[in-house]
Amino acid sequence: MKLDLLTSLYVFMLAAFIGFEVIRRVSPLLHTPLMSLTNALDAIAVVGAIILAGEYHAHGALLAKILGTIAIVAATSNIVGGFLITDRMLRMFKASGPKKP
Amino acid sequence: MTNLPATETIIEITYLIATALFILSLKWLSSPKTARRGVFAGEIGMFLAIVGTLLHHGIVEYKWILIALVLGTIIGVPLGEVAMTAVPQRTALSHAFGALCVTLVGTAEFYLRTPEVPPFMMGVLSLEVILGSLTFTGSLMAAGKLQEVLPQRPITYKGQNVVNLGLLGVAIVVAGILVAHPEKTQLFPLIVGIPLVFGVMMIVPIGGADMPTVISLLNSYAGLSAAAMGFVLQSKLLIIAGALDGASGFILSVNMSKAMNRSFSNVLFGAFGQEQPSAVAGGQQARPVRSATPEEAAGILAAANKVVIVPGYGMAVAQAQHKVRELYDALTKRGVDVKFGIHPVAGRMPGHMNVLLAEADIPYDKLLDMDEINGDFPQTDVALVIGANDVTNPAARTDHSSPIFGMPILDVDKARTVMVIKRSMAAGFAGIDNPLYYLDKTLMLFGDAKSFVGSIVRELGGGHE
Repeated sequence: MKLDLLTSLYVFMLAAFIGFEVIRRVSPLLHTPLMSLTNALDAIAVVGAIILAGEYHAHGALLAKILGTIAIVAATSNIVGGFLITDRMLRMFKASGPKKP
Repeated sequence: MTNLPATETIIEITYLIATALFILSLKWLSSPKTARRGVFAGEIGMFLAIVGTLLHHGIVEYKWILIALVLGTIIGVPLGEVAMTAVPQRTALSHAFGALCVTLVGTAEFYLRTPEVPPFMMGVLSLEVILGSLTFTGSLMAAGKLQEVLPQRPITYKGQNVVNLGLLGVAIVVAGILVAHPEKTQLFPLIVGIPLVFGVMMIVPIGGADMPTVISLLNSYAGLSAAAMGFVLQSKLLIIAGALDGASGFILSVNMSKAMNRSFSNVLFGAFGQEQPSAVAGGQQARPVRSATPEEAAGILAAANKVVIVPGYGMAVAQAQHKVRELYDALTKRGVDVKFGIHPVAGRMPGHMNVLLAEADIPYDKLLDMDEINGDFPQTDVALVIGANDVTNPAARTDHSSPIFGMPILDVDKARTVMVIKRSMAAGFAGIDNPLYYLDKTLMLFGDAKSFVGSIVRELGGGHE
């Protein structure tokens, strides 16, 4: 589905506003997990890398394949590592409940 | 294009759902209670988007994609398993990986599309690779400094800013030429190569205490470069994810800069580290300080009603967080009210102290932000500072000539007694003497944070030894 320039700019602007409003509400307590989570989400760039590496190209096919494959590796490691560590960190945040024995 | 095949519609729908889940993911992160649900939402969204993309009919070869996905997972798992103390360098490294992906895709797209690249497309493509490559090397440098494989002290030389800005300027001019003449493929390597060098040069003058701001800034760049990639690939999903990441990094950078009372440009071009030799020298005169032994410190803490512990990077370096938890347990058992006061820039990345203390099992409702805790200090019996310096320096409030004047600080000097665990009287990162140490109410506890806190815990009859 092709986007024209203006639609792209609208999408960017709206997403930026949503981002500001949503992220402003994140407690400073969770700023480290916030950064690792946004990092994992940002690795959605893998989608572009997959298409680049897998599509048929009349010329430059080898370049696209090599760069695309490395890009997938980089992005996937961010996805896997990012979600893993975010969840590990969040598991550690516990409220003070009844004292352990 | 006019008549979308069924699979293309399905792909677009998975992207739509993924977008909604990404936004929900960040929304749920607002509170520790719902945060883990947020991670789950993000994972589902990511999974859907990747599966959707694999259905894309244009994909003719899967072999390398699958190999790359597996390889990425193999690299990703250990990166998700690093120790909590290594989280800042891990984060910097993941910014580098994200930027690498964006730069490589942008580079390939250029060579596939040239010479028919419309000016706007060439513009965003240039933005994508310039931001991507400078974030790549910049983040690698930051990770190297945080991991201490590179020297942590800022390295500065005369004309540094001119050189750096000049480099960036040349890259932008070359990008401008490419926008007008996208067929000049021989120029393209310049808008990758020059920002790669610029990324290194940008981080060379940055010192450890500036890392929270710099990591946030690199986070923002990584997001913006991904959004630019979304413009190039005309992918709404990527534009949105990039914009969210960019916004997040931007908000954090602004927070960090405010917490240091410095502007972005000051952090990037200021190189705080070695500008105040006079202040350091002045601080070396033997002014009297009062010091105390672990026994004395334990006695005072045991007699207190309200204690606020102020941790800093020194606590992380000494790996003292678990001993601090034992101290927290021992004092809580005696009925002392213990809270933690956390400065936004304490540590090496935003929220660093919270993660370390949460790892040591300290309940998060005891971890209070600077604004929440500052009103408590006048009613506090003991403020115990562990490995923090500049963020407690009262000169920031009172001394107009101080380089950190105006920086918001934790008002520990308003507590009845202040105890500072510190290796020696050496000045902090900013090289500024701390008048806090010479107050009558201040006791200096000289020693390694971990072993000193351990000794206090033993005196209090706690600990697990």
